[in-house]
Amino acid sequence: MNKILIASVDWVDTRFPLTKLWNEHLAQYYAPRNFNFWYYFGSLALLALVLQIATGIFLAVNYKPDAALAFASVEYIMRDVEFGWLIRYLHSTGASFFFIVIYLHMFRALMYGSYRKPRELLWIIGMFIYVCLMAESFLGYLLPWGQMSYWGAQVIISLFAALPIIGEDLAVWIRGDFVIADATLNRFFIYHVVLVPIILLALAAVHIIALHEVGSNNPDGIEIKKNKDPKTGIPIDGIPFHPYYSVKDIVGVSVFLIFFSAIVFYAPEFGGYFLEYNNFFPADPMKTPEHIAPLWYFTPFYAILRAVPDKLMGVAAMGGAIVVLFFLPWLDRSPVKSIRYKGLIFKFALFLFVIAFFGLCYLGMQAPTPMGTLLAQIFSVIYFAFFLLMPWYSKIDKTKPVPERVTH
Amino acid sequence: MTENVDDKGRRRFLVAATSTIGAVGAGFVAVPFVLSLKPSAKARAAGAPIEIDISKLEDGQLMVVEWRGQPVWVVKRTPEHLANLATLNDRLTDPNSDVEQQPTYAKNENRAIKSEYLVVVGICTHLGCSPSHVKMADPLGATIDDDWKGGFFCPCHGSKFDLAGRVYKGVPAPTNLVVPPHTYLSDTRILVGVDSSAGVA
Repeated sequence: MNKILIASVDWVDTRFPLTKLWNEHLAQYYAPRNFNFWYYFGSLALLALVLQIATGIFLAVNYKPDAALAFASVEYIMRDVEFGWLIRYLHSTGASFFFIVIYLHMFRALMYGSYRKPRELLWIIGMFIYVCLMAESFLGYLLPWGQMSYWGAQVIISLFAALPIIGEDLAVWIRGDFVIADATLNRFFIYHVVLVPIILLALAAVHIIALHEVGSNNPDGIEIKKNKDPKTGIPIDGIPFHPYYSVKDIVGVSVFLIFFSAIVFYAPEFGGYFLEYNNFFPADPMKTPEHIAPLWYFTPFYAILRAVPDKLMGVAAMGGAIVVLFFLPWLDRSPVKSIRYKGLIFKFALFLFVIAFFGLCYLGMQAPTPMGTLLAQIFSVIYFAFFLLMPWYSKIDKTKPVPERVTH
Repeated sequence: MTENVDDKGRRRFLVAATSTIGAVGAGFVAVPFVLSLKPSAKARAAGAPIEIDISKLEDGQLMVVEWRGQPVWVVKRTPEHLANLATLNDRLTDPNSDVEQQPTYAKNENRAIKSEYLVVVGICTHLGCSPSHVKMADPLGATIDDDWKGGFFCPCHGSKFDLAGRVYKGVPAPTNLVVPPHTYLSDTRILVGVDSSAGVA
């Protein structure tokens, strides 16, 4: 039996680099041996992607992308399709969990300087994944054709209309009609299930290839490739991803699935945060719900938009809040990568940034009030200051000496 | 390929020429695909005018009709409402309706053909939500503005408009609400989607 297996692998290997790929990316990919809790979220993001694609395929089987039928077809999935409710809740909860995982993954990079040289491109590819993911989520949110679907899409597409000169035509081109209509729903469905997933999968592959080229960062922010065993050429502080980290990640997956299942089975709407109440009303182009807000993972940027009392500047600030992230590798001028060896100024700045991010996230969910707007303005300033002042404060910050070898 | 001949310049030219022609060709091929995403002939034809019967509208009441998939409001304003409009002028971004958000026959102090009836598209000029009609006496009015004279409030981002659809200062919406082309067929019937030829009646 074993002989046949070896012979089969040999047969494939002479025709396709199977063993070579396995070794390069798993069995002989050497990752730093000091990974901690924060290093679960890369593999969990991959799990979330696979989960969304798998559940999405099964939802598409019963969904109808037609303005007259869409809302009813979602209810049909929920009530009449065998286990349709489970598949839909897995997909809707999966979307929120995907963003939780991605935000933690990005925060890890922020703490340990994983965007620094030579990982600038890795960070930028990741940012493209993040932007694609936001597009994917926005497109998918229109599909149930509820009130929040309709008015959320109305607001987001109107953001493009705020652009000077081409704005109005661009918005009409995106909608395929003068208002959000059947044409919009039909194309958003196709973008959501075909176009963006293809791009996402390709970007995820590119992200992993780039990671395995430069090697993983670690909580110490030390390049393990600088310290190689002279005989084997293997980093001394490196251990093969498989079996060490593949086994570690199974633990991460198990814990993730415990939390995930608890939400899916006991609180799939999560108090209106994962599935908004207003979306249980069919889309009505004549009436905007009393209070509209995007889902929680967009609210920080939505709060920045609302904080600026000017249409074009508001849209520019919101876009800028995402664009500035792309430049992070060049904004950080600290001589060290990891927060472990950075000084008090960076730690304090990061602390303020986290507060501002959560603050904006909360304010974006609330109805606009003068007090809320003022707070959102303060948090927006902190958000931008964290990035724009970084070249200055990261340079003057007092850093600690970085050890030669990784620590635990 | 003769190795002695120095043809690098020629090669570079050929590579550049082929790439350019290829890129131009790809550009041309992209055109039908990009244009196919524009509104179809059917969608363009769907904007037929609609007729509204306003005979049952009471003082201060708002009625909503659908035109081109958008809400169009007709509000019957009282003389008191109209008198209040002028008092708001210095609190508005564009009190004289200088920005073309209305047909010329509705560019007047009340933004209407007949000052009694306001006809506007009920879509906020900020990001396209549909504002709510908040009357002067409505308790909600006090939370919107200390001196609320009645008008429209957008729940999405807090933009405020008066009863002529004119936008207040200091809110995110940049311009007044749009007055659609409309004309009076009789005293009680309005046709939305067709320009008034008679001008101000």
